[in-house]
Amino acid sequence: MPKISDTAVAPRVAVRDVHKDFKLRHTHSIKETVLAAVRRRPLTTEFHALDGVSFEIGEGEAVALLGFNGSGKSTTLKMISGVLRPDSGQVLTRGRVAGLIEVGAGFHPDLSGRENIYLNAAILGMTKKETEERFDDIVAFSEIEQFIDTEVKHYSSGMFLRLAFSVAIHTEVDILLIDEILSVGDEPFQKKCLARIRELHAKGKTLVVVSHDLDMVSHLCERGILLKGGKVVFDGDSKEAVALMRR
Amino acid sequence: MSRVSPELSTLDEPGRSIGLLDVFRRRYLLSLIVRKEVQIRYRGSVLGWMWSYVKPLVQFAVFYVAIGVFLGMNGRVDYFPIYLLAGITVVTFFNEAFSNGTRSLVDNAALIKKIYLPREMFPVASMMIAAVNTLPQIVVVIVIALFFGWAPSLLQIGAILLGLLIVAMLATGLGLFFGAINVTFRDAQSFVEIIVMCAVWASPVMYQWEMVAQAVPEWLFTAYRLNPITIGVELFHYGIWFPLNPQDAFLIPDMWLFAGIAVVTSLVLLIIGQAVFRRLEGRFAQDL
Repeated sequence: MPKISDTAVAPRVAVRDVHKDFKLRHTHSIKETVLAAVRRRPLTTEFHALDGVSFEIGEGEAVALLGFNGSGKSTTLKMISGVLRPDSGQVLTRGRVAGLIEVGAGFHPDLSGRENIYLNAAILGMTKKETEERFDDIVAFSEIEQFIDTEVKHYSSGMFLRLAFSVAIHTEVDILLIDEILSVGDEPFQKKCLARIRELHAKGKTLVVVSHDLDMVSHLCERGILLKGGKVVFDGDSKEAVALMRR
Repeated sequence: MSRVSPELSTLDEPGRSIGLLDVFRRRYLLSLIVRKEVQIRYRGSVLGWMWSYVKPLVQFAVFYVAIGVFLGMNGRVDYFPIYLLAGITVVTFFNEAFSNGTRSLVDNAALIKKIYLPREMFPVASMMIAAVNTLPQIVVVIVIALFFGWAPSLLQIGAILLGLLIVAMLATGLGLFFGAINVTFRDAQSFVEIIVMCAVWASPVMYQWEMVAQAVPEWLFTAYRLNPITIGVELFHYGIWFPLNPQDAFLIPDMWLFAGIAVVTSLVLLIIGQAVFRRLEGRFAQDL
């Protein structure tokens, strides 16, 4: 096992024997529920998204969660962000967590770029002062200075994503969660984002990355955790993990 | 997992909130959400906030003609238009806060599924937005009352504030309760529409409480007074309509006792709403 065992400090993220089942509900109203109960049809089907996942992520590590669709990567990431809670087991984090999980979720089309920056930064847990301090950086990074007071609904999709990403990447965090975000924007912007993420990593921030771009991920992260059917099948060097996955 | 880290106590469980208190700890975000909704409401309209004054005035004119003139309430109740408008203001506040609070979680599904924030934020914000929208109505009715010599005592001003407080707590509590249920069962939304439809008739807004007292048995009249909205409406009448010295106007019997009960009722419903909300909260992200 790399890294974590030789650090004395507490981990940034600890995932302990986490289980998560999704109940796929077949009924969506009280009437349907009663009817299904009367007819003795199953109300739900269980789906094991995570089946006893355990790992720890130490200070300053960059970890890739790997696996095919439905292996439980995104579910794990949502647990770490606090959006989902485990059915059993424990997920613990230390410090501020922010997710680049589908950025732009908090954007409102009728507000200007400026107003959206403040709103979205607050949603991601920043204070007014922190946002003001970073405002210029956020705008500069997004490269949309001239449109900052235009309503977001008039933005092109590229501009929108650039702004959303720019807000998220400038939040004050200890743990940054990244889900499939680097697939957005044109190539120069992607490179810029990647450079910014590397910079954060160099500053000692902890990264947890989910992506299907295996080459990028194996370069960005030194450690890879391979999930399969909701279980950890490999935890170690990211290049080995990718090789194992491709086999 | 044999190795347990030494400083485990500094680790927190993500997504664990302390409920409503967390909302006020993040009041900066709350204020931004409220401001956003308020700004958006009249975006792209020429008259903008004027509409907030126009709407209650038109509503007032309609009720005045239909109920005051056609149904003859003007002759029966002194300053009936003011009586009417004061009551409608309370019920409108409740209805808007309650129904928007119920829908707030479903409306913000995109956010709830992706980013963790105290989810109580949304019903609470709905209530506060409704409160902001109610202010112009209160201004309108008070300005009209001033023309008729409105000079309230401190107690009467206090009654207005108490009425608002009761309705705000009630609407938040019920909004949390039905909002949480609405995530899984959209039936809650329709059920709430029915409650909202009845609310205006279940309180002395279009008529006076005496008419209820005469028509129903004593126990039912007690139940009628146990409705916190009824008390909210009567507190508003006491604050806005009473100072005009209308003829044959009486306080609803035991108003202050029932006001105390209404405070307790809304507080209890707020606590129940919060408890149910917390119980169901874990499933929000996957059920939405």
